[in-house]
Amino acid sequence: MTAMIELANAEKTFTMHLQGGVELPVVRGVSFHVDPGECVVMSGPSGAGKSSILKMIFGNYRCDSGRIGIRHHGEVIDLATAEPRQVLSIRRSTIGYVSQFLRAVPRVATIDVVAEPLIANGVARQEARERAGRLLRRLNIPERLWTLPPSTFSGGEQQRVNIARGFISDLPILLLDEPTASLDAANRAVVVELIAEKKTKGVAMVAIVHDDEIRHLIADRIVDVTSFAAAA
Amino acid sequence: MSELASLDNDQPLLVAEGLAKNYGRLPACRDVSFALYPGEVLAIVGESGSGKSTLLQLLSAQLAPSAGRVSYRMRDGVLRDLAELGEAERRFLFRTDWGFVHQDPAQGLRMGVSAGANVGERLMAVGWNHYGRIRDTASTWLERVEIDVGRIDDAPKTYSGGMRQRLQIARNLVTEPRLVFMDEPTGGLDVSVQARLLDLMRNLVSELGLAAIVVTHDLAVARLLSHRVMVMKGGRVIETGLTDQVLDDPREPYTQLLVSSILPP
Repeated sequence: MTAMIELANAEKTFTMHLQGGVELPVVRGVSFHVDPGECVVMSGPSGAGKSSILKMIFGNYRCDSGRIGIRHHGEVIDLATAEPRQVLSIRRSTIGYVSQFLRAVPRVATIDVVAEPLIANGVARQEARERAGRLLRRLNIPERLWTLPPSTFSGGEQQRVNIARGFISDLPILLLDEPTASLDAANRAVVVELIAEKKTKGVAMVAIVHDDEIRHLIADRIVDVTSFAAAA
Repeated sequence: MSELASLDNDQPLLVAEGLAKNYGRLPACRDVSFALYPGEVLAIVGESGSGKSTLLQLLSAQLAPSAGRVSYRMRDGVLRDLAELGEAERRFLFRTDWGFVHQDPAQGLRMGVSAGANVGERLMAVGWNHYGRIRDTASTWLERVEIDVGRIDDAPKTYSGGMRQRLQIARNLVTEPRLVFMDEPTGGLDVSVQARLLDLMRNLVSELGLAAIVVTHDLAVARLLSHRVMVMKGGRVIETGLTDQVLDDPREPYTQLLVSSILPP
């Protein structure tokens, strides 16, 4: 396989034990692949399972059956059966995830929040901070805010910090959950540019975007998630 | 960097096999097996009486198991059964290669002697004898745990709860252990003090590439500190996996109950 991501019949059901063991089928038969340099956008109405699929590809949600093949250090690892240590290794050097909301890290300065993924991969602190600064500037976060922890920022600012943190590293796979949701037009355009740059570097991306205009700008292929609906 | 190197290490640091402990006819801990790798932080969660503190005592050789064994990779690279270690080797583990952070700092500190002596004592136990060097190292560690060096000659009984806990951490880490056991490390502290302590621990653990086993009933502590989590109930491990996986996608009824019981921030 040359694909970076290859899902084959992936399936997810939630069993709600506190609600009398109700089974909540989310998706089944999820099969698609993502090549290097390609951005696949998942489409479908709210509740169709887009975020669940994204979380399964990150190893955050478990996969009940099927396969989630990830190319990691040149070999394919099935995330559905991977050991926790392998998943951590994949997250450190292969898959990045840009969620809608920043999970607050108390007391850490914005610039360090952004630089951290690079430092974790062995880049020198000084260089990591310089790259973080460049990205924050592009995303219009004023320099006077860089030394403050992002927990006090507005929603849009936090999202841009999150985007900077997600885009800073050179990971070959990026998962994007509504990366432009609460951004103004200028910052949306920056994100579109960043995605285009990732494509030229061969990064494989899976995205959830509700904005039609953005979807047209970034999608190389659209996967309709409604076809994976797990009818109860 | 150290975290990166150690997380890719393929040899486990500590291995538990079929661990069990009975108090009379009461099983406190049943059939626990897992491996902990260098640089890995494992959280053991569960409510009071689930067996998590008993397990921590078994793992740290403070309690002898009724069945099963714990092995630890000594600095020479050899994995050794803890029950078969000689007295000198046990002392080396307790004084140097392991740390133990108690919920109540009074259990892990000597409350009546100075903060500097509390930190320096661990160094003297491993043969340091130069007063100036010991004091310098103690000062450095007080700074690392954000205690004003001007308080170095004060005894911890004059410290606040948060400072005592940070001092206990400094005392444990000064000998550069490879494994730290923590029993409800944020247990008795105010919420604001907890956040600072957690942040500090998170940074120290990753900077030093430490492996840690943290017992907590607080899932927020597990989420912030640990890579992996084991959920205990009735002395058994009922669910285990990556921390965010277990907390965001809990499978077992009891884990779902624990997760759903967290108050929203």
